[in-house]
Amino acid sequence: MKELLSGNEAIARGAYEYGVRLASAYPGTPSTEILEYIGERYPEIIAGWAPNEKVALEVVAGASYGGSRTLAAMKHVGLNVAADPFMTLSYTGINGGLVIVVCDDPEMHSSQNEQDTRNYAKFGKVPCLEPSDSQEAKDMIGEALEISEQFDTPVIFRSSTRISHSMSLVELAERKEGKRELGLKKDPVKYVMLPAMARKKHPLVEQRLKDVAAFAESFPYNKVIMGDTSVGIISSGVAFQYAYEVMPKASFLKLGMVWPLPEKMIRDFSSKVDKLLVIEELDPFLEEAIRLMGISVEGKNLTGRCGELSPEKLEIAITGKSSAKSIGSIDIELPMRPPNMCPGCPHRATFTALKKNKVYVAGDIGCYTLGALPPLGMLDNCLCMGAGIGIASGLARTLKDVAGGKAVAVIGDSTLFHSGMTPLLELAYNGGHSTVLILDNRITAMTGAQHHPGTGFTLREEPSVNVSVEKLCESFGLKRVKTVNPYKIKELEKTIKEELEVSEPSVIIARAPCALLKTGRVLPDKPFRIKQDVCTGCKSCINTGCPALEFVKIDLPEKGKKRKGFSRINAALCVGCGTCQEVCKFDAIEEAS
Amino acid sequence: MSQDRVYNVLIVGVGGQGIILASDVLGKVAAKHGYDVKKNEIHGMAQRGGSVSSHVRFGKTVRSPIIKMGEADILLSFEQIETLRYFPFLSVKGQVVVNNQKILPPSVFTGQQEYPQDVLERIKTKAPSAIVVDGESVAAKIGNLRVLNVIFLGVLSKFLDIPAETYEKTLKESLKPKLVDINLKAFNEGRSMAPA
Repeated sequence: MKELLSGNEAIARGAYEYGVRLASAYPGTPSTEILEYIGERYPEIIAGWAPNEKVALEVVAGASYGGSRTLAAMKHVGLNVAADPFMTLSYTGINGGLVIVVCDDPEMHSSQNEQDTRNYAKFGKVPCLEPSDSQEAKDMIGEALEISEQFDTPVIFRSSTRISHSMSLVELAERKEGKRELGLKKDPVKYVMLPAMARKKHPLVEQRLKDVAAFAESFPYNKVIMGDTSVGIISSGVAFQYAYEVMPKASFLKLGMVWPLPEKMIRDFSSKVDKLLVIEELDPFLEEAIRLMGISVEGKNLTGRCGELSPEKLEIAITGKSSAKSIGSIDIELPMRPPNMCPGCPHRATFTALKKNKVYVAGDIGCYTLGALPPLGMLDNCLCMGAGIGIASGLARTLKDVAGGKAVAVIGDSTLFHSGMTPLLELAYNGGHSTVLILDNRITAMTGAQHHPGTGFTLREEPSVNVSVEKLCESFGLKRVKTVNPYKIKELEKTIKEELEVSEPSVIIARAPCALLKTGRVLPDKPFRIKQDVCTGCKSCINTGCPALEFVKIDLPEKGKKRKGFSRINAALCVGCGTCQEVCKFDAIEEAS
Repeated sequence: MSQDRVYNVLIVGVGGQGIILASDVLGKVAAKHGYDVKKNEIHGMAQRGGSVSSHVRFGKTVRSPIIKMGEADILLSFEQIETLRYFPFLSVKGQVVVNNQKILPPSVFTGQQEYPQDVLERIKTKAPSAIVVDGESVAAKIGNLRVLNVIFLGVLSKFLDIPAETYEKTLKESLKPKLVDINLKAFNEGRSMAPA
């Protein structure tokens, strides 16, 4: 019996079936579930969250050096963080098979850019495999581990949102252990990348790429499907599925290995078709490589480089129109429905206090990035994980009095442990008047509640360290460190004001657990209510953007009142955080009895 | 339903309404019935009140995990204006099943924008066979608002050729034991609401 698995479930299953002994990751959409499934389902695999992707890859490298089959998982931008170990891991090579699963996010459903990971494979001179459905995702983890061991190389396994989060049927198999002997092996020429050793390694890396390219000619996941020869399509990943759906009669060369490329196979295929097309998402990666072979090919001039493809986009790009008979659209203006902070979210309280201080906010990545959206509109930049503190520091030190007392950085607890500690150290070291707000909600929230070194638990819910943010700051030599309850907005507002006024670095830890967490809960889970006759309709509560609040307009003027409407609380959504009550100047909000 | 064709069901609504569970169950039901299945949704932000859509496709062989715009056979919508957001995905011969619930987006509950008027009438003008279900009332009658998604699965089941027993068996396998009875009730209630 086949099982319906998502791409991420299938990758986790592949790790299990093909003898992976250790897996490490930092959460990031669309890759997060891979390690979650490994943690839940496969106790045979040693698995844990790493503070960031660089560490995940280093832990995996160590396990591989000791002979274990290993897997690291991350989103596309995670490989930027892990790029340093990645680039030289290509030189040292591996011992036990090593797979780096990297999930791209074309269309940026949940990302800050849409970089194409295939470029990293070329840059690092390592093979890159790309599955087209869940069965391939599972099976090709096995292929990736074999290739890794056969050619002494890390292997990039590229997924994308539409592979990782699509479900399809998968035939399961039993687990087979890896073949390498486990143990400590001294081999400095292979593993110590001093210049003299690295110089010997580089030519081997170049030769390895040629060897893998020769292997790619007979790699079973590079396959030709001959049909009508007027058009031949070279494609991979989910783009292959769209192309096959739209042009079922065409000839295809479906690549399971997108780097290095099987040149002979590509030449042979192109010689059999009248016109050659490359269908790929994002960069013209295959197209340019094929054109360099001197083969005439089309692709990006039709499909474009930005965003993801879809069956209709592809059909329109190739044939000029869609063959589907749509019912059409109903043309009225629809309000957008962006994601929003949840009712009771402590970040809403923190941003409300920041808004009262009218500050410039250097942001970071997490649920609090949603603070950029109206009605809060309180984030002024967001670059990458851990960037906010450094940006605030740079602004403060160059603008001096212009930014003094007016700029802060915000960063979450998980992001602080990921890559915020070193910029905080820089701030302590080089000084300046920056104020850093650490929004400590006790979890990695944006990706769906994963543990980190500050939660006290591991991936498998085993008790572990619970890093003290206060002590961490103190050990960096920061003298002004205050901890506040964000729901006490007036108090937080006052603390922010005080810290903005001092001319040395300061840290405010705004600590309250994520409103979705069931453990350590401080929220009463009892709704508030608005005294309708007392409410003046000033919208102070509405402007916090809480989804449990609603502004009810009044059409006919009321006797003796100027208000245009009043606020109302949806008792089914309200968890009683009290943020609205804190901002209400008219005592119109009370606990519902 | 012919043996060779692919059936396309698009389930839409707002994060937190149980859309992903409904599409998971539908996918498993179709697989159990012997179909090839692919299903896809964008999640990650689903819990945070955003617009959610889940594509479920099944048939002899399914290639793309997402439905081609204009080829959805059924648009199962848990919220009024979300129906409109995904309307062009529906085929000209497609069936709409819509919950009459309105969930206000941020720009509406903060008083910046109006919630569009006469949404259900507009849907019926364009798709006369559309079925409107008062999902919240039915769920309240059953005794748990969270069964809304399974009520809609019940309505949907009448438009597909898979026997009710397959849904019931899948629900029993997919849910915690204490939730099985109430969800089976919700499924059958939904099923009884669709035209025979």
